[in-house]
Amino acid sequence: MTKLLEGKNIVVMGVANERSIAWGITKSLHNAGANLIFTNRQERSYKKLTKLLEKHNVEAKQMVNCDVASDESIQNAFQKIKDDIGVIHGVVHSVAFANRDDLKGAFSDTSRDGFLLAQEISAFSLVAVTKAAKPLMTEGGSIVTQTYLGSERAVKNYNVMGVAKASLEASVRYLAEDVGKNGIRVNAVSAGPIRTLSAKGVSGFNEINSIIEEKSPLRRNVDQDQVGDASLFFLSDLSRGVTGEVLHVDSGYHIIG
Amino acid sequence: MDAIFEKVKEIIVDQLEAEEDKVTMEASFIDDLEADSLDVVELVMELEDEFDMEIAEEDAESIKTVGDAVNYINSNR
Repeated sequence: MTKLLEGKNIVVMGVANERSIAWGITKSLHNAGANLIFTNRQERSYKKLTKLLEKHNVEAKQMVNCDVASDESIQNAFQKIKDDIGVIHGVVHSVAFANRDDLKGAFSDTSRDGFLLAQEISAFSLVAVTKAAKPLMTEGGSIVTQTYLGSERAVKNYNVMGVAKASLEASVRYLAEDVGKNGIRVNAVSAGPIRTLSAKGVSGFNEINSIIEEKSPLRRNVDQDQVGDASLFFLSDLSRGVTGEVLHVDSGYHIIG
Repeated sequence: MDAIFEKVKEIIVDQLEAEEDKVTMEASFIDDLEADSLDVVELVMELEDEFDMEIAEEDAESIKTVGDAVNYINSNR
């Protein structure tokens, strides 16, 4: 039987370490037979990723440097991928950033710079990446990003990132409309809280985590592998009729009143 | 105490790619072992996993040296 993503070239952005959601996605895509291209921002994350791939016996088809804070860097990265590989079929966008000080306390204390930084790295980056990826998706494609319930509800301490995620989800819809005519789909996975490096930056994360276990319909926490498989669905033809969607992978927590 | 130090040292060497003889009780993560703030958060998470404990945020912020980490683990697990 052919695997779901056999022969498909997928770009994965945002693996920081073994706990990263992007790493959970990597495992699902690898098991589905995808050819994987990774982007990383710093030398350090490059080394970490190399070690991680080696440990898990995953072969990277290509690794390119990409800093989403720079349009030039994004364009260069995708140009390199185009030169070496040509066509891509999917992009995993799992990138966000906010200052730690803006992830606690009073939201009205958010600084102008902190607000704009969170928007730039966490939301605009998807717009810029879609623009750069589109010319490489000549056989159609699928773009998946990561969001969180804090975009729809006021979650304590999530603050500036909740607003950035709201912007990201709106961008998913506008991008889906824009590139749909090119056969490209854009969707988001809204994952329940997962103990990643980023989540640890949000004040009081440990408490948020235990609420899911207690109150969600499935009474259990969400992990990277569940998000990985949901993202695999979005990147494969199984979801060919779906675009502009935000899928909650949160043990059902978002339906609870 | 020594066993905790050896385990912590092993994790630091692996995580920060620090040279073994630089990892002393007095060594500061940021000043001596070239860690950035994200590295320190990552390290704290590794220690939580390794020693099966939860390090509260306020406490994590006060862990600045290898000795701070070893002492914290020693008195809280």
